[in-house]
Amino acid sequence: MTTTSMAGALTTALRDAMAADERVVVYGEDVGPLGGVFRVTDGLQAEFGSDRIWDSPLAESGIVGTAVGMALYGLRPVVEMQFDAFSYPAFEQIVSHVAKMRNRTRGRVGMPLVIRIPCSGDIGGVEHHSDSSEAYWTATPGLTVVTPSNPADAYSMLREAIDSDDPIIFLEPKSRYWMRADVEFPARQTSFDRAHVVREGDDVTLLAYGPTVATALAAADQAAADGLSIEVVDLRSLSPFDDETVGASVRKTSRAAVIHEAAQFGGYGAEVAARVTERNFFHLSAPVLRITGFDVPYPSPKLEEYFLPTAERVLDAIETWQWEAR
Amino acid sequence: MSLNVESSESRTLPTLTPLRLLDNAGHAIRSEDAGGFALPEPEILRDIYRRMVVARRFDVQVTALTRQGRLATYPSAFGQEACEIGAVAALDATDWLFPTYRDSIALLTRGVAPAEILSQFRGDWHSGYDPRAHRIAPLATPLATQALHAVGLGHAARLRRDPIVALTFLGDGATSEGDAHEAFNFAAVWQAPTVFVVQNNQFAISVPLERQTRAATLADKAVGYGMPGYHVDGNDVAAMYAVTRHAVERARNGGGPTLVEGLTYRIEAHTTTDDPTRYRESRDVEHWKRRDPIERLEKYLVSDGLLGDEERSSIADEAEALAADTRRTMNVEADHDPLELFEHVYATRRVALGEQRAFLADERDRAAR
Ligand SMILES: Cc1ncc(C[n+]2csc(CCOP(=O)(O)OP(=O)(O)O)c2C)c(N)n1
Repeated sequence: MTTTSMAGALTTALRDAMAADERVVVYGEDVGPLGGVFRVTDGLQAEFGSDRIWDSPLAESGIVGTAVGMALYGLRPVVEMQFDAFSYPAFEQIVSHVAKMRNRTRGRVGMPLVIRIPCSGDIGGVEHHSDSSEAYWTATPGLTVVTPSNPADAYSMLREAIDSDDPIIFLEPKSRYWMRADVEFPARQTSFDRAHVVREGDDVTLLAYGPTVATALAAADQAAADGLSIEVVDLRSLSPFDDETVGASVRKTSRAAVIHEAAQFGGYGAEVAARVTERNFFHLSAPVLRITGFDVPYPSPKLEEYFLPTAERVLDAIETWQWEAR
Repeated sequence: MSLNVESSESRTLPTLTPLRLLDNAGHAIRSEDAGGFALPEPEILRDIYRRMVVARRFDVQVTALTRQGRLATYPSAFGQEACEIGAVAALDATDWLFPTYRDSIALLTRGVAPAEILSQFRGDWHSGYDPRAHRIAPLATPLATQALHAVGLGHAARLRRDPIVALTFLGDGATSEGDAHEAFNFAAVWQAPTVFVVQNNQFAISVPLERQTRAATLADKAVGYGMPGYHVDGNDVAAMYAVTRHAVERARNGGGPTLVEGLTYRIEAHTTTDDPTRYRESRDVEHWKRRDPIERLEKYLVSDGLLGDEERSSIADEAEALAADTRRTMNVEADHDPLELFEHVYATRRVALGEQRAFLADERDRAAR
């Protein structure tokens, strides 16, 4: 058992994956001697050499586009986008080529590559450093989009992502990089197509992922003091969506809310609310709620506390449901 | 091939006059004017000639089939045979090609069957051939994106110590895209074994070259990235072959990338749905028709006694046979299994796709009843 941060768990996952399979190569901006701006690749170049991990020129479309060619040749590239909003120059390569290659080639060529993207806010970053871009990726068939919320999952899910024959958008909630936990390496959890019930409860299901799992757990703690029993489900994978685990929880509690930092309109929560409702309508005693960021660009650091969903907002939202006398 | 190219060539500016080895009348250029390049061996030129004639016949046939409604669209390469085939002929079988929608005849030259080449334009599957079997990436439609794939593949091969070169075709318009710049830069920084062949056919759909760039030649662009650039007469297949072959060998030997610009002209419309009379003069088209790349090589081969009537008629027969085969294949409707829609999205099984597949299967069963 080791105590590790989530960033450290990711480093260990990269190291173990590179040692296990020499086809794994890692590149991006500043990932070499510096170890990445979040130090996730710390020490790896010294260990594996600059033929396995190197600093690329500063161009995101170039990073992902060249990874397409490398995957076509048989390597398994793991590339880093420095911050969420700087993945947008690579958007075309990701949606037009990474996501579609298997389909375009009638199944003959897959894209076993991982695109690591530090995501979401709550770190006091200036603009373009705190976006939640998951809805762009989850709206794209061919992509698998996953996001860990704790160190053990970070290790397990990154290893699984690198082993996968499908392209993976790997969203790393940067506000949780420094979250520490005891982890037994190599920690391999259930596969990421399964959501985890991280806290059991009877009255409400909170559906959270990445940075908002901690928010949901805090809300559950506070509610427990008021005698309300909240179940928290960590989705882990946003696409595919684990209808089974989520459905079982919702049918048990009959009430569900989804929490994310991204703006509400057209956001990922809309998909969650729609499919939970479609599949469980007769088990629901209230509409599925969304507790999200506002429909504004991610705000400046001094204003982000007003923007981010908090445990209090979650509890307030839940209060708006028509509860039978408790 | 003996080469007399300057060692600090990456800092040499491309010539303003396109480099050529054969003039328009099919006469060999004086060696002092050939930029250090020599005419390819006669056997190579005869082989290239045969491939160009066959490719031209194929192109004309497919355009006709498209007008008859057999294909949804077809981007012709009529007039660009020297760029397409000169460049591809310079590759070894183990090298990779990263083509665009315009490059069907390059695929043909590399041995892909007509039905497989045309599957995208016909509306069957996006890529009808196996990329790994042919060492050809799927035809790319988003402009310049494929250039980065070529750099990545070449670099991956180099990391594995495999002597493989990746060649990619770009249009003149595509050189304005960000991905072209990123590809040139990545290739140069990584010294990736990449050859960029820019087919400057002088129009991006309707937009002429002068609205695309202020550079004196597109080959000039190479210099800023730190790689050599060659401005070549793209209707002289001898020059296209010789320069590309030099670039390929250089890349294979660890010399890094090269940009080869072939100055040519698209005789047909952009695609069969385009109306070129809106943006170009017919006298320009006539001018370029008189610079036909196939005729130029033919004149040379005939006057040097390298091509006789007998061989010409056997090439014509081969071209006709391919055209007939293409007509036959395109006149047969391919079978489509709609349930295959769900097969090629993920390697990993997805519950939701299984549900949608069952939905479509059920809908079809009910319709059949
Ligand atoms: C990124 C992108 N933007 C726009 C288009 C639409 N489009 C298709 S072909 C074309 C012109 C390309 O011209 P050029 O690169 O010179 O190649 P050519 O067609 O002449 O071979 C355009 C604008 C596209 N395919 N991709």
